[in-house]
Amino acid sequence: MKMIDTNDLQKAIKELLADSKVDLFLGWEKGTLPLSATPLFITGGDDAEKAVFDITCGNNLSIYFTKDRKQYADSKVGIAVKGCDARSLVLNILEKQIDRENVVIVGVPCHGVLDKKKVLAKTGCREVLDLIDEGDKVTLKGKGYELSVDRSEILSSSCLACIYPDAQEYDVFIGEARAEIPNENRLKEIKEIEALSSTERWELTRTEYEKCIRCYACRNVCPSCYCNVCFVDQNDPGWIGNTCEFTDTMIFHVIRNLHVAGRCVECGACERACPMDINLLLLNRKVAMEVKDRFGDIAGLDINGKPAMVDFKEDEKQDFIMG
Amino acid sequence: MSEWQPKILAILCNWCSYAGADLAGVSRMQYPPNIRVVRIPCSGRVDPLFIMKSLQSGFDGVLVSGCHPGDCHYISGNFIARRKFAVLKPLLEFIGIEPDRVQFSWISAGEGERFATVVTKVTEDIRKLGPSTRLVNKL
Repeated sequence: MKMIDTNDLQKAIKELLADSKVDLFLGWEKGTLPLSATPLFITGGDDAEKAVFDITCGNNLSIYFTKDRKQYADSKVGIAVKGCDARSLVLNILEKQIDRENVVIVGVPCHGVLDKKKVLAKTGCREVLDLIDEGDKVTLKGKGYELSVDRSEILSSSCLACIYPDAQEYDVFIGEARAEIPNENRLKEIKEIEALSSTERWELTRTEYEKCIRCYACRNVCPSCYCNVCFVDQNDPGWIGNTCEFTDTMIFHVIRNLHVAGRCVECGACERACPMDINLLLLNRKVAMEVKDRFGDIAGLDINGKPAMVDFKEDEKQDFIMG
Repeated sequence: MSEWQPKILAILCNWCSYAGADLAGVSRMQYPPNIRVVRIPCSGRVDPLFIMKSLQSGFDGVLVSGCHPGDCHYISGNFIARRKFAVLKPLLEFIGIEPDRVQFSWISAGEGERFATVVTKVTEDIRKLGPSTRLVNKL
């Protein structure tokens, strides 16, 4: 496992700023808490020394272009991206939210980011004061304990199913970018669930989504969810109720999934943001699988392509339509 | 109490399927009276939210029908619709909604007979499934 050399990243950022190729650089810095990095906005050379990239850098920084796009409309922005972030960036470019010319994409080699909920489950909710990443093993240190865990045990579930860890579209890459990597675990859970009966699947969905408290953290953190008024916030017509009533909750999740169909890059931000630990990505992955099988499209890979749901071919498979 | 009858929402496009339903009517064809028709400009207008909302409101099934591929009045509305349905249907199956509850078909303005057959088949499918219980808001 070849980790990133932080000095290379800092050097690249400094060069971009010095050559006036960017006015602002979006990266990560070490967080005030050891388990989460904080987004870093670099405008001057010295700040670049704070930039890091490690297992805690879960934030998908491309949301700054969609959620707050006016702020960066006229400036050149550099951005550090993992594989998934690069895909959402490409998608935002395809959807005309950003100009490709206005953004300098700096890829960083990603080996997965951690899920805080998994770490806390490992430590028994004891506070983690320090985290040392040794590659395959990660050491967690706290008051009166030291714990060495396998990297795969604390990685976000999106990372465990990842097939594009590195940016496929970039201007600068720190290190060497990998192309698609094989991952036999990607569709394992989906196949298992598909083998169940309809009633069993419904029970599974019910127990999972009954946990939802409708905080909308999944939507707010999603780089692909950037409607001015979300359908759940609309009140004329008010499509769905605002309580935690189960059918309303389920409709919210199904429709959100369909809104990001062919656009979800499976960055796992929703799942990491979820306070109730719902297996949100499962449905996203299922939809992504359908989109890939039927339309041959993977979200955010082809910068010259079109998002799957606004495109069509005349002779597509239509087995689901009554003959 | 009389025997349970399925309630089915039929979302039909203005240019083909609705006219097909009309033809079935004026030709005096027999088909089950279980459908409630909503006329829409094009099958491309169908938001999956409409389908979810009708299931939530207590419809036992939903039939969406539009023009045959290539015949859309708006050139490509039904192609876009087809992609939406292609994703919606497996997703609903995956979360555990019975597959036959939501059905799609293409019916042209001249296919009155086909309309009657489709409605008969959908009604029978849903009758077999029984009343919808999942995703129904009982409050």
